[in-house]
Amino acid sequence: MAAVTAGAATGWVGKSVPRREDGALLTGRARFIDDLEPVAGLRHAAILRSPHPHARIRSIDTSAAEKLPGVYGVVTGAQIAQVAGIIPSVVRSKMRFQVCATTKARYHGEPVAVVVAVDRYVAEDALELIEVDYEPLPGVAHLDDAIAPGAPLLFEEAGTNIAQERDFKYGDPDGAFARADRTFRFDYRFPRSIATPMETYGVIAQFEPHPDRYTIWSNFQGPFVLQPLMAGALNVPGNRLRIVTPPNSGGSFGIKQAVYAYMVLMAAVSRLVGAPVKWTEDRLEHLMASSSATDRTGEVEAAFSKEGELLAVRYKNVVNLGAYIRAPEPASVYRMHSTSSGAYRVRNLAIENTLVVTNRMPAGLNRGYGGPQFYFALERIMEIAARGLGIDIAEIRRRNIVRKDEFPYDSPAGSQLDSGDYEKCIDEMLRLAEYPALLERRDAARKAGKLFGIGIALGVEPSGSNMAYVGLAQTAEQRGKAEPKSGANASVTISIDPSGSITVQLDSTPNGQGHATVAAQIVAQTLGVSPDDIDVLTEADTRTIAWSIASGNYSNRFASAVTSAILGCAQKLALKLKYIAAQDFKVEVEAIELGGGAARVIADPQRAIGVGKLAARAHWNPAGMPDGVSAGMTETFVLDAPTLTSPGGDDRVASAMTYGFVADLAAVEIDKATGKIEIVKYVSVHDVGTMLNPMIVEGQITGGFAHGLGAALYEELVHDRAGNFVSGSFAEYLCPTAPEMPHIEIGHVSTPTPVNATGAKGMGDGSSMLAPAALANAAADALGREDIELPLSLNRLWELANAKPVTRSGTYGGTYGGTKPKSSGPELGGSLQGEGSTILSAPPAEVWRRLLDPEVLAAVIPGCSKMQRTGPNAFEAEVSVGVAGIRGVYAARIRVADQHPPSSMRMDFRANGRLGNGHGSALVDLVPEGTGTKLSYRYGADVGGTVAAVGARMLGSVTGVLIAQFFKAFEAYGSEGAAKAGLWKKFSGWLGK
Amino acid sequence: MKPVAFEYCRPDTIAEAVELLAEFGPDATLLAGGMSLGAMLNMRLVRPTALIDIKRVGGLDRFTVNGEIRTGATLRQAAALSNEALMRAVPLLALALPNVGHFQTRNRGTLGGSVSHADPSSEIPLALVTAGGSLELQSKRGTRRVPAREFFLDILTTVREPDELVTALVWPKARAGAGYAFAEIAQRHGDFAIVACAAEAVLKADGSLASLAFGLGGVESRPLVTETAAFLGKRADADLAAGIADAAAAAVTPMSDFKATADYRRALVETLGRQVLAEAFGQAKVR
Repeated sequence: MAAVTAGAATGWVGKSVPRREDGALLTGRARFIDDLEPVAGLRHAAILRSPHPHARIRSIDTSAAEKLPGVYGVVTGAQIAQVAGIIPSVVRSKMRFQVCATTKARYHGEPVAVVVAVDRYVAEDALELIEVDYEPLPGVAHLDDAIAPGAPLLFEEAGTNIAQERDFKYGDPDGAFARADRTFRFDYRFPRSIATPMETYGVIAQFEPHPDRYTIWSNFQGPFVLQPLMAGALNVPGNRLRIVTPPNSGGSFGIKQAVYAYMVLMAAVSRLVGAPVKWTEDRLEHLMASSSATDRTGEVEAAFSKEGELLAVRYKNVVNLGAYIRAPEPASVYRMHSTSSGAYRVRNLAIENTLVVTNRMPAGLNRGYGGPQFYFALERIMEIAARGLGIDIAEIRRRNIVRKDEFPYDSPAGSQLDSGDYEKCIDEMLRLAEYPALLERRDAARKAGKLFGIGIALGVEPSGSNMAYVGLAQTAEQRGKAEPKSGANASVTISIDPSGSITVQLDSTPNGQGHATVAAQIVAQTLGVSPDDIDVLTEADTRTIAWSIASGNYSNRFASAVTSAILGCAQKLALKLKYIAAQDFKVEVEAIELGGGAARVIADPQRAIGVGKLAARAHWNPAGMPDGVSAGMTETFVLDAPTLTSPGGDDRVASAMTYGFVADLAAVEIDKATGKIEIVKYVSVHDVGTMLNPMIVEGQITGGFAHGLGAALYEELVHDRAGNFVSGSFAEYLCPTAPEMPHIEIGHVSTPTPVNATGAKGMGDGSSMLAPAALANAAADALGREDIELPLSLNRLWELANAKPVTRSGTYGGTYGGTKPKSSGPELGGSLQGEGSTILSAPPAEVWRRLLDPEVLAAVIPGCSKMQRTGPNAFEAEVSVGVAGIRGVYAARIRVADQHPPSSMRMDFRANGRLGNGHGSALVDLVPEGTGTKLSYRYGADVGGTVAAVGARMLGSVTGVLIAQFFKAFEAYGSEGAAKAGLWKKFSGWLGK
Repeated sequence: MKPVAFEYCRPDTIAEAVELLAEFGPDATLLAGGMSLGAMLNMRLVRPTALIDIKRVGGLDRFTVNGEIRTGATLRQAAALSNEALMRAVPLLALALPNVGHFQTRNRGTLGGSVSHADPSSEIPLALVTAGGSLELQSKRGTRRVPAREFFLDILTTVREPDELVTALVWPKARAGAGYAFAEIAQRHGDFAIVACAAEAVLKADGSLASLAFGLGGVESRPLVTETAAFLGKRADADLAAGIADAAAAAVTPMSDFKATADYRRALVETLGRQVLAEAFGQAKVR
């Protein structure tokens, strides 16, 4: 701290300096990856993605696509696999990750082939000409289904969908549970969400031979530990994989870590087609196949004394990694691991992690990275225990938090909580919430019959990751076989050029957080100049900048680690300037201070010389440098974090450099009749250590809350049980927008961390980790029940408030089209279910005959262009199906089974088209009704592909329309057909009627 | 997310537009504001041979308030909302429009486009059906007027023939002393309504119900006006509102999707219906 506050006359640090980034951003002049054309002859790539959640790829025919004018090349997964290998994970497993599917697609959206063309339009036209022969396999998307016996396997070679199981014990959890007065258990579910930055992924890749060399421009955010991984996959030495990031990146929240898989993919494509290629991900691709947070289910159990002392916590986490263990996963599980005691003094912990693969997009960094899931379990059980013990929800926390005089605090699983005053934060939270008045308000609201609840969630916020924590996914023995890993270094370069202007180069690849603004504040203060004199470069180029594995923008790294590197680097230059000035003025270096753009003698401020002039001497007159002062005015500083060591044999590790603190309180009112939830009050108190730029801090806190609000109330990547993705656009995946944001009261308590030079703790995750738990706690309090799941959508809150069975995400409480199957009979699978009946004028025998007559079917199925019998009980058809302008051609196969003429049959069908696919079964019953027939049907189907991803809302109604059209035509054909050919009579005669 | 290649046509007159429709028939898609169509084109859900952009068709964005109330098909939602005379003349539209999408989308979205698209959750079709309005359709074959209650057939499906252009919506004049109310429940403001209710009530001097139109959107696959004849002549109070809403909830066959079950929609018809009807009754009384 002392270093920063020195030179208070020009105290830029701690001020709400306006963001230098905003001018270009707000006027549309900022340049993003899609604005770049770094090499001539760029061609445009589009990715063919699996429309099936799970399918074997039998063959791919690219010939028609290759012939399309404007297409330069089409490459398949098998070709890509020849130049881009497996990307390993820390989990040793047969579940191997490739950047493009080869023999099997394991999630809806997985890359299968890539087209390179003159532009994206032609590339997408060509995608439609690629013929992939898929063998659809049963899919599994929900955790319970994936680990059930007999579940479809994503990797037959692994023999299970469980990627890994690990148990951990710290202290004596079993003893503590045995001694406890009370224990509480909560079975939790946490949904899958995604951070949805405004800008999607973008990659420009160029391969050059002789020797093999790749250059990739991408809005990649690091961590650059992935660079050697990429180089390995592409089979080039690290120095021949150059990664360049653009001047601006339109948000990330972690998600642009996983663009690396597409960087490898496009690098391979560039090599295979022999041209530089550009690929800009679209929103549909982003929502289905970028990188999501993990959904989890599990149990959390807590042991308490009757006084409310938390004695032990047991976690059983079942974590959905998606289709692959894509590095750095399973880091999301282990990032919070060493902080499993949260902000509490509890010493006894038991943790069981079960990592599962399912037919969903792979998981990766998303804001909070494991934090929202972890705190949902811990902070829900704290509140459940408070109610059970009859202790106030704030008081139970107060009794268990780490005390002010206990810092630095050695957590049982290894986190070193460096500094804080958690109690003061709780006090501030309660003060801002006007807690006593809020409790009275709750009482009054409840007396009036309203559902009013208050909830709290608090926790520590780890910042500056120890790159070694991922190793917890391995046993100590496995870790022992590898080179030890540790640390969280950060490097910064600052130069002052011959004309005296200052340039700072960061390794923090910002995605809009304002790193350049804060860097300029720190350097300006240290060198005694104005921030306006300083240019900050945030573009990273692995060929030119001092980078290392920890470089990048993740885990609140900038404030916690990078700013101290900036300060350290600026101090090196400042000292150099002072030496030169001291020589000039013939004083000791301690007698010089920097300020106002000059170096001056402290005791005699009239004696001063401009910083630019001093710097120029190092360029123009190196011979005149003072003894021991090197020539030039460029310094690079590499920060290392000595507290971050390798995990020990006891599985303890300090996973982060420093730990901030967040305490959130929510008060909500829920309308029983509609399920509407109003956030009456939201208070968020943060200890971020030194606030380098309070305006940016509050912006981050507000944004973190918005993500937490989204996860709590709106957002979920929904898949049906078979894995079909149904949240394919922003009409289905609902993020909170400005009108949904309530006012939040932000409070600050500042305890600068002693572990770094600026005293700043990171703070980007913030309330994204706590708001889901705080809002769930408030809702639970309002509803008087604990069994609640997120997101708290209107429908779900209405069900919870009215004691209705709660609809599980990805299933339908009722059915499409309102025709809820009531009839008994065999269960028909599928999430699209319906039934109905119609009266037909022909008798059952004739109806039966027509239903199995390809000629009749061809005539009555709307849009049927081809119908043929392919076996005694099998048909193939080509049908153009749709409503309004949304029309697609589908190839359908129908098999008729369980025939009991003329009264019942079962039809199994499967259809595939450009817009979607579906399969299912229908049961048909024919009963005489007067001279005609009452036909009753019941169907169950799963629908996938684009129509399901973006049109699930309408599928039920559309099915209803199509069925109605069919029967209308069926009946009309009867009257015409009978008149024309007398077929019916002939048939009746044959039957002897 | 790039559309298929199509021919782009931008007629300046209705005559040119219907000529193009006659030429391309079902292979043509009409572009008005593009707030729904734009996304569907980019997702290649809609793959037209020709896109007929009618936003520069002269006069198609005009409206008249004196005499018959006609709003041209390409009248922007924002333009309608900002015209006080029009909003006074068509109270249900005035109540519905703020719920249509967002400020930004209303600057592009049109009245005619929304009605022609026939999304079952859309507010403008619900307002038109409840108000008992009609649509003017024009083709090379001539012009016809279709009552809104007969226009919507099913989800995204209307009686418009492929060669026809919706040229205007025709709104009945606000009835003196009538009460109007509109409300919807959506997950976020501007989202597709899970349920929307609209009502127009006229009371007799004794406070009994003289006439009522009670419309529901988002419930079934098209906007519908419920059967209320049995309630006419009864005292228009909260009990009657509840009775009508409950009868409607019992009669509907609601849609179900991943966001809202049929049961929830039915419950909302009751809750929201009661509220909207009571409000319409209340508004009618104060006149």
